[in-house]
Amino acid sequence: MEKERNEWVYTEKVKDHFLNPRNILEDEQSYEDDGKGIVGNIKCGDRMMMVIKVDKDKNVITDCRWKTYGCASAIASTSALSEMVIGMPLEEAYHISPKDVTAQLGGLPEHKIHCSVLGDKALRAAINDYYQRNGMPEKVQKEEARIICQCMNVTDHEIEDAVLDGARNYYELQERTKLGTVCGQCKDEAIELLEKYKKKHFGEA
Amino acid sequence: MARRQIYMDHNATTPLHPEVKKALREGMELYGNPSSLHSFGRKARHMIEESRGKVASFINADPEEVIFVGSGSEANNTVLSMLMCPSKVCSCGNADMAGREIITTSIEHPCIMRTSECLQDRGVPIKYLSVDQYGKIDFEELAGAITGRTGLVSVMMANNEIGTVQDIKETSRIVREKGVLFHTDAVQAAGKMPVDVRELDVDFLTLSGHKIYGPKGIGALYVRKGTPFCPLIRGGHQEQGRRAGTENTLGIVGMGKAVEARGKEMNTESKRHLQMKRALKEGLAGSIPDIRFNGHPTDSLANTLNMSFKGAEGEAILLYLDEAGVAVSTGSACASGSLDPSHVLIATGVPVEQAHGSIRVSLGRGNTMKDIDYLLEVFPPIIKKIRDMSSAYKRES
Ligand code: FES
Repeated sequence: MEKERNEWVYTEKVKDHFLNPRNILEDEQSYEDDGKGIVGNIKCGDRMMMVIKVDKDKNVITDCRWKTYGCASAIASTSALSEMVIGMPLEEAYHISPKDVTAQLGGLPEHKIHCSVLGDKALRAAINDYYQRNGMPEKVQKEEARIICQCMNVTDHEIEDAVLDGARNYYELQERTKLGTVCGQCKDEAIELLEKYKKKHFGEA
Repeated sequence: MARRQIYMDHNATTPLHPEVKKALREGMELYGNPSSLHSFGRKARHMIEESRGKVASFINADPEEVIFVGSGSEANNTVLSMLMCPSKVCSCGNADMAGREIITTSIEHPCIMRTSECLQDRGVPIKYLSVDQYGKIDFEELAGAITGRTGLVSVMMANNEIGTVQDIKETSRIVREKGVLFHTDAVQAAGKMPVDVRELDVDFLTLSGHKIYGPKGIGALYVRKGTPFCPLIRGGHQEQGRRAGTENTLGIVGMGKAVEARGKEMNTESKRHLQMKRALKEGLAGSIPDIRFNGHPTDSLANTLNMSFKGAEGEAILLYLDEAGVAVSTGSACASGSLDPSHVLIATGVPVEQAHGSIRVSLGRGNTMKDIDYLLEVFPPIIKKIRDMSSAYKRES
């Protein structure tokens, strides 16, 4: 693709959300949220907090605010996500994927996708928090990690992270996670997951 | 103040010096192959040797000690790669270098770091010297690290990210006392402070054209007379057989002019930059809370200021500044797509979370005090805006 001479690294939508972020949580102390989720780690370069208000009869998100420490893609994706979910039923919001957010932004450079995946995680954490607080713990879907490589103790979550971090084939996956380096039994399942996550985050496998 | 377009990323690269532009325009006519015997070739050869003389006098070397190469990275790769010179096959007569150990530092440019890692995989032992909080190496550690197996020590003269300047004279004294070869990467130091190979007493020294207002794609390697050498690029008699490939005549002409022009203005420029840097540092320290300045407070390049901001991520800062018309760089990992922040900041003990929020301003000949005023005006509100939306910043008050 020919790049415009002055083109930004990001799409106009990313730029807009980054420069004019919507729904920032301005006054943390006095905001009365119905659910709050915090994910990420400053040490890794990003950390996000999302808070929501919920119409308890209709089960619809009526307000969503956030704070994000991170790069332009992280800031833009939380901003875009917050706009998407206001007015959305909880159930639907629960299933928003990073790909939906990226699509909303008109795409992100491949190496920046991992900066955007925390948004929907933070949102789910906030919704789970709401369920917990309102006596619906059965609705909380546990995102429990499953061990794929027994020898090296590598989970499906780690495989997903490796894909987001740039692993595109089995060799690169091994380099990042060390899975499959002992008995090799996990190879087929690992490759299956690799393809699944590639599809999930980057479209065509 | 009206929006300005300001380039403050001169450690990344510099615009061409006006005198260099002029020399390049004239140099474009030199199409003869410098190795040809006819008049066209001789003309090109003459210009190359004239440039070699200029580069040599810029660092107080003899012309035959200067080899033109494709970049600073190539020069550094050439020096390190000699250590895996396959003694039995190579005719360079350099047999006893092969397999010897390399000692370098933990804050070198990636072209030294990556090459070292690669050499290590091929069986060359590497030791990395630590640095203190200002980025200085420890002479005792250096002296203790050198053993009978050590073949080369490589320590950069000035760091590209934080600007810290090492005492190369003392470093080389320690190294050469033990009979070991010494290389310094002077890519960032050259043109910003005097570089004198005789005074520094080094065996190898690296220069780059585009960091000193010359063209990109040209560099030079100083090799002290009589020092063992093995080329990285073989198969031609050019550069006394030390770097094969038809010479980049135009690049060489540009680099010759660049060192000449830079040599004349360097002292006044450095004084000017130091004043501007001080004003910037004081101004920012007074207007932005929770800011930290990285690198050595005094032994530092006059043009380089590196700082970290609590609770604000580097790429975000860079892009907001860019929006305001100011070009700087960041040691933040996120800008490059990796998850690890700058190895230099980490080596100097900057906490990981602050290393993610670091910005480097590097001044150049085009910058004026007006630019500093402008930066001082736009910078604080940007940090405030980013911190206001940050989940990792709470104002202490
Ligand atoms: S299960 Fe993965 S290497 Fe054995």
